[in-house]
Amino acid sequence: MIRFRLQGRFGGFSLDAEAAVPAKGVTALIGASGAGKTTLLRCLAGLARAGGEVVVGEAVWQDGRRFEPPHRRGVGYVFQEASLLAHLSVRGNLAFAEKRAGEGPGPSFAEAVEMLGLQKLLERSPQALSGGERQRVAIARALLSRPRLLLMDEPLSSLDAASKADVLPYLEALHRTLRLPILYVSHDALEVASLADRVLRMEAGRLRGPAVELGGADPLALLEPGQIQALARAALAAGISAPPGT
Amino acid sequence: MAQVVRTTLALASLTTLILLVVAAPLAWWLATSRAWWKEAVAALTALPIVLPPTVLGFYVLIALGPRSPLMSLFHPFGVRTFAFTFTGLVVGSVFYSLPFAVQPIRSAFETVGARPLEVAASLRASPLDAFVNVALPLAARGFLTAAVLVFAHTIGEFGVVLMIGGAIPGKTEVVSIRIFQDVEALNYADAHRLAAGLVLFAFVVLLGLMSLQRRADVRRSGP
Repeated sequence: MIRFRLQGRFGGFSLDAEAAVPAKGVTALIGASGAGKTTLLRCLAGLARAGGEVVVGEAVWQDGRRFEPPHRRGVGYVFQEASLLAHLSVRGNLAFAEKRAGEGPGPSFAEAVEMLGLQKLLERSPQALSGGERQRVAIARALLSRPRLLLMDEPLSSLDAASKADVLPYLEALHRTLRLPILYVSHDALEVASLADRVLRMEAGRLRGPAVELGGADPLALLEPGQIQALARAALAAGISAPPGT
Repeated sequence: MAQVVRTTLALASLTTLILLVVAAPLAWWLATSRAWWKEAVAALTALPIVLPPTVLGFYVLIALGPRSPLMSLFHPFGVRTFAFTFTGLVVGSVFYSLPFAVQPIRSAFETVGARPLEVAASLRASPLDAFVNVALPLAARGFLTAAVLVFAHTIGEFGVVLMIGGAIPGKTEVVSIRIFQDVEALNYADAHRLAAGLVLFAFVVLLGLMSLQRRADVRRSGP
């Protein structure tokens, strides 16, 4: 299990999040922008400091007495915008992670390159990559450090539709082949529907578990009321009406 | 004349080397600390830009003199004073050129920002590892600028070296002072040779720096 209970104030924003999710599969973290999703991820990674506890499997990342710094947590982090190390090539970025990797299971260098389709990009510099390629490198790099938990902060949100379509299949494949637990921030219902096993919803800095398991569950449970209305309007405009008898 | 040039180059090289090592952690602290008094420290390190060299030279001379409490630390080793020695010159030059090292390196670290270090931490790099293997290479341009500025600035200094070194031939006499003395002795031919040499040197240094920075810019923006 991954358990966390975090409280803290960041400027005028207060975070109060508590949940426990299984340490496998993809847990989507959804909510309006400004709900504190990134702040929660930063606190889980130890990049920002909130009070409370974080336990991943057997490992206590923080509790009342101690606070493991981020580099000792074994946490992978894919940031919202490109975050490749500019002084290193794609290969250099991947090697940086591989050299410092932890003990856990995870893909080899060749497997990660294969999994994210980076064979032809290895000698390029990050500045010479498209947005989608950069995010694929960032994901491969995170996997190579063999984290115990992978945090992904809207990895597709800075990409245009074409680049999104370029990365999404890799993420789905990742989900099918790896046992690594992933906490995936998104506010795109489509992404969530195609990737997530369960969903946590955050509102105004507040989060209360448990997660809603997907698969068999009502797909409308993911959507905000406004989105449901928009969906209904689109259906009506397309000439689709509610089935008789409803 | 060769001796004077040698002393000058030795002083500039040593000052540059020492300052790159000393300024890196100081600039790092100035770029990343949130202490409220850090700008006071920044102002203190920038003082040599504003102060007349004679003022700085005067205080360093007193601090390195035989009666200074600082020098009493060296008395057990048989050293009574660094005034009018090459060591004294180096100490004075380090203080005099400190801002020329700290400011470019600080702004380079500030340009690098927090994100690459967060990335490094998420890839299990310890803070020291991240500093050496991420922050330093990303700030390389700042170090290059600092090295060139310090080296050139040290070669060009006059007041400080005169106050602390006293222009002792073979020990603390440097090019800029020799030019002054040649002119005073109406020895214009020698003064010309050294002065023209310095003009050429300054031009080559600046040209080299600019083309290096251009090349770094081109590499950064991709092929």
